[in-house]
Amino acid sequence: MIEDRSLTYRIVDIFIWIVLALLALSCVLPFIHVLSVSFSNSSAIAADAVGLWPVGFQLENYQYILQNRDFINSFGVSIVRVFLGVFSTLLLVTVTAYPLSLDRIYMPGRTVFKVLMLVGLLFGVGLIPTFLSYRNLGLLNSFLVLILPLAINIFYIIIMINFFRGIPYELAEAAWLDGASHWNVLYRIYIPISKPAMATIALFAAVGHWNSWFDGIIYLNQADRWPLQSFLYALVSTRQINWQSATGVRDFMEATPEGLSAALIFVAAVPILLVYPFLQRYFITGLTLGSVKE
Amino acid sequence: MIDNSTVTAVKREAVPVPSTLTKNKTSWRMVWQQHKALYIMLIPAAILLVLLNFYPMWGVGIAFVKYNLVKGLSGSEFIGLQNFQMVFGRPETWSIIRNTVVIAVGKIILGQLAAVIFALMIHEVRFPPYKRLVQTLTTLPYFLSWIIVGAVMVVVLGSNGPVNNIVEGLGLRPIRFLADRNIFPLTIILSDVWKGFGFGAVIYLAALTQINPELYEAAAVDGAGRGARMRNITIPGITPTIVLMAALSLGSVLNAGFDQILVLYNSVVYSTGDIIDTWVYRVGLLGTSYEIATVVGLFKGAVGFTLILISYWLAGKYANYRIF
Repeated sequence: MIEDRSLTYRIVDIFIWIVLALLALSCVLPFIHVLSVSFSNSSAIAADAVGLWPVGFQLENYQYILQNRDFINSFGVSIVRVFLGVFSTLLLVTVTAYPLSLDRIYMPGRTVFKVLMLVGLLFGVGLIPTFLSYRNLGLLNSFLVLILPLAINIFYIIIMINFFRGIPYELAEAAWLDGASHWNVLYRIYIPISKPAMATIALFAAVGHWNSWFDGIIYLNQADRWPLQSFLYALVSTRQINWQSATGVRDFMEATPEGLSAALIFVAAVPILLVYPFLQRYFITGLTLGSVKE
Repeated sequence: MIDNSTVTAVKREAVPVPSTLTKNKTSWRMVWQQHKALYIMLIPAAILLVLLNFYPMWGVGIAFVKYNLVKGLSGSEFIGLQNFQMVFGRPETWSIIRNTVVIAVGKIILGQLAAVIFALMIHEVRFPPYKRLVQTLTTLPYFLSWIIVGAVMVVVLGSNGPVNNIVEGLGLRPIRFLADRNIFPLTIILSDVWKGFGFGAVIYLAALTQINPELYEAAAVDGAGRGARMRNITIPGITPTIVLMAALSLGSVLNAGFDQILVLYNSVVYSTGDIIDTWVYRVGLLGTSYEIATVVGLFKGAVGFTLILISYWLAGKYANYRIF
């Protein structure tokens, strides 16, 4: 490629680099500030002296959180929720997408099912009817209310159908001629081939489960069953969680409400940061499979 | 010889054990014998759909009664459209609808614009490690929940936060980002744009990588500058994606961002920041005004569903998009 080396070209290049750097910094600095607050001591926080580096470094906010029973509890709920949620989503999505993707097999009712699924999942009846129905079904205060509504997701199913459609039909046909059942074909051929699509869905489902909090707040009225994000919401919005009620407050002279919230924010973000490198690898697959399908 | 009818016949004939089905005898019973498994596989999804999505539709009836909290829907008095008249006769309803549309449309327009401009800028960088670094950092906020991001914003944008320290350092009065009813909607829109532009750009960057590099080389040989190349190659290259995203975004005109606003709002900014979803939650569920909240929720559901259908139709027509 012939390089344009004119002065204006260089200036525009430098301008773009600087704007991009500022945008990138704007996405990182707020989190670094909060992280610094979580490591700073009470007098520094009170004096507003914390910038992008901890002032009066201490770990008491984290020590306090890690011995807090409510926190440990909600962290556990979130972890269990993510694993069960991802598993049930993958199971449901693959099993549902398989029959819907085999266009070459004549299957009366397939289109009707697709239309009903689309209507059911895209038409929102509103919060009140949903809440009252879940109550009638006995889902209130049940762990299942965190899993089932997120298990069936129209976009994941579409991603999976489109991926399954890309698998050569001859592969399945050969297996059927050898006597394989549909279940065999699904679990021995389709699922192993679909690892990229499954990884994409698993990661998005995991993030979705980890981040979801409103279901905990409205459907679970016992705070000890809340996932971490619901716990965090209660803390930042209404401050109804009383940090002082836990034991051993006197051992934590440097812990502050601001510092504890900051530490909690960071701890809640850690799992996302841990899976982020994998997410990055797969979200392009997810997008191109899901939305830009000719 | 292959003609259309043979193709359809082959299509219908392609079954596990081809010998047992002929093209003229594809009856329900045979399909069931051959492909029972396909129907069994749809049962779990069908159960969930019925219980979680279709069963709650009875609740729409609450909109037409004077709801009795103790006796439930069947024990409530039918009052026709009175709830609708009451709800749509109140200025408060129109105010939350207006807030919803203003915030949602602002997010859609500025969000798409920011994503496109950002993608174009990234595209101009010739140093891949820098591209990757910028993308890695700017995409991250999208994956954090609004609880986390909202809590960070409260710290950073608060009256003693770093942003206002800078504002005051410049000799200006501190900005009440979250407590001034004239600024609040803008804070909501811009923070959402900020959280989403990096991820929003991914789809445009995917489209940009599809552009044939030879086009740029040819243009450079012909003496086209950066501006000319962007106008004539890059922008036409992502126009289909822009059209698609614009069509699909129509479906979210009533989604102003429930999570975000619930985390960030307070009673001071209700007049400009209260949207349909937050109002339904606060007044309807917490305040147990079930009838009027059901009316508003039904309004949102019906209009939203219609908009989604229109958006899919538009996307299919102008961007060759189909869902299944």
